[in-house]
Amino acid sequence: MRRPLTLRILDTLDRKAWIALAVFLALALVAVPLLHLAVPEDSAFHVSTYVITLIGKIMCYALVAVAMDLIWGYGGILSLGHGLFFALGGYAFGMYLMRQIGRDGSYGADLPDFMVFLDWKEIPWFWSGSDSFLWVAILVVVVPALVAFIFGYFAFRSRIKGVYFSIITQALTYAAMLLFFRNETGFGGNNGFTDFKRVLGFSITSPETRLVLFGLTAVMLAMTLVFASWLVKSKFGRVLTAIRDAESRVMFIGYNPLWYKLTIWVISAVLCGIAGALYVPQVGIINPSEMSPANSIEIAIWVAVGGRGTLIGPVIGAFVVNLAKSWFTVSFPEYWLFFLGLLFIVVTLMLPQGLVGLWKKIMAKKGAEAC
Amino acid sequence: MLNTVDLFEDDRPEGSDGRDQMGHFVTGELDLSHGVALYLEDITVSFDGFKALNNLTLAINAGELRCIIGPNGAGKTTMMDVITGKTRPDSGKAFFGQTIDLTRLTEPEIAHVGIGRKFQKPTIFEQHTVFENLELAMKTDKRVWKSLMAWLAGDERDRIAETLKLIRLNGEADRQAGLLSHGQKQWLEIGMLLMQEPKLLLLDEPVAGMTDDETMRTAELFVSLAGKHSLVVVEHDMAFVEKLGGLVTVLHEGSVLAEGDLATVQNDQRVIEVYLGR
Repeated sequence: MRRPLTLRILDTLDRKAWIALAVFLALALVAVPLLHLAVPEDSAFHVSTYVITLIGKIMCYALVAVAMDLIWGYGGILSLGHGLFFALGGYAFGMYLMRQIGRDGSYGADLPDFMVFLDWKEIPWFWSGSDSFLWVAILVVVVPALVAFIFGYFAFRSRIKGVYFSIITQALTYAAMLLFFRNETGFGGNNGFTDFKRVLGFSITSPETRLVLFGLTAVMLAMTLVFASWLVKSKFGRVLTAIRDAESRVMFIGYNPLWYKLTIWVISAVLCGIAGALYVPQVGIINPSEMSPANSIEIAIWVAVGGRGTLIGPVIGAFVVNLAKSWFTVSFPEYWLFFLGLLFIVVTLMLPQGLVGLWKKIMAKKGAEAC
Repeated sequence: MLNTVDLFEDDRPEGSDGRDQMGHFVTGELDLSHGVALYLEDITVSFDGFKALNNLTLAINAGELRCIIGPNGAGKTTMMDVITGKTRPDSGKAFFGQTIDLTRLTEPEIAHVGIGRKFQKPTIFEQHTVFENLELAMKTDKRVWKSLMAWLAGDERDRIAETLKLIRLNGEADRQAGLLSHGQKQWLEIGMLLMQEPKLLLLDEPVAGMTDDETMRTAELFVSLAGKHSLVVVEHDMAFVEKLGGLVTVLHEGSVLAEGDLATVQNDQRVIEVYLGR
């Protein structure tokens, strides 16, 4: 009757996708570390720290893009506040990194520098337990989940949809940004957290630590793709796309859309939180600008560029846009936003299915010519 | 009047503790023991002062096939909205069987107690295949966790295959539903309704856009469903209504103007004035 679990996991992706995934993991876990550590720096094959940090960062963004695609591409709900969940995960893990600094801060105190600066005498209650990796790992998941659940429950129960929902999410992340900008909030004000020294006792700048973080991010991205693929191919996924296409029909055949939307919304938020937690130690800083409305809009652009409603699309979109961004901001910093705007217009008008849609079109044309 | 009391005795919705499949408390089990499937009493709905329904009272018997006709704006669709929980009445009662108070339930809960609705415009999941459309509609536990773990059993596949045959789409199971013809979409939606195994079917203009042949086949299908299900059909096509037989209720300005068989209704002077004699 029921197929064994291992077989059902194998079913989630086709052969080609499994091979692609294996190649990706082999590159991230074997090739990159070898090229970084074993190949001398002056060699053309050497992978520099800069490249590792850049790709690691973009993999975190790709994770966020997949999370965004679950809610937008499959659920039809455009969130313009996903940067909030990313930042919450980042801040939660950042608390741990701040505590790991210990007495090596500029004031040499037990408290993180910004607390000394504010003349605080002891750790506030919401920082308690933040020196425990396990506790913080729980926070990384639970805090975005809780915020998403509470917000989503009321928004979906009130049947807020479409552009209204998008605007409210935008307001939510903006409000959170203003809150985190305040020094009194207790998260370092506009400087946020930075100057990290260690993670789990290991130096955060050592090549080995960087490679482990890089590898973890790659594994997390791969696992997320498998999980998301299973999710959208399950009956749950079919109900979700049905809600996207004809919500009233779904209700009248007896599904309550509230719980379906809420489930995917919370899953999406948790994935963003994990991405944020992986991002902060690699990039070395988290501050309230991660919650700025523009950041959240950019997430939507990655997904739109790559192709909504496909799982590989958002990954491609995140890589293409961010690689372009890192090149532009070095070569023509003043033109980046114009380029981003142009990209969004072109994709919206000419490539509604994104790059993946374009690729499919080209392949279909080739197939037709071959016949 | 049809006596269908026996048909429903062993056919109660699940959960004897008063919960439906979604775990919500419903106001009672479906009880059709007095022979009434649907009972509306003095229902009034107003939108900005305009009374879409005005003290509407209507009773549908278990197993009955009832046609509702009436000019545009008579309140036919609003009536269906009230029955399915989309619109709450300002006043009045709406009961399904003896015990289920429809004005207190949400749309999914009403679907679970056994009321299926077909919209005026065919509403199917265009991006899904025909098979998936039926699969999603199938009567089962529709909570999130169950959907995540759902696995189609052999007998469930058989049921989908049976319905595909009944709605004459057995060759189209893997076709994307959005590519079907208009008439086929109407049939698919009817098939989705049947997969829900409802006790009461509300059908809003089910043959709009169908060919004459399809219309007649639909009429045959509905007649065959009556008895086991109660059907309420809103329709403008008089040939179709005639073919269905059964009682006809004429709505006008939100309340019942006349009721009787088609011939009686068609000869009613008031009906001719407001509707047929246009």
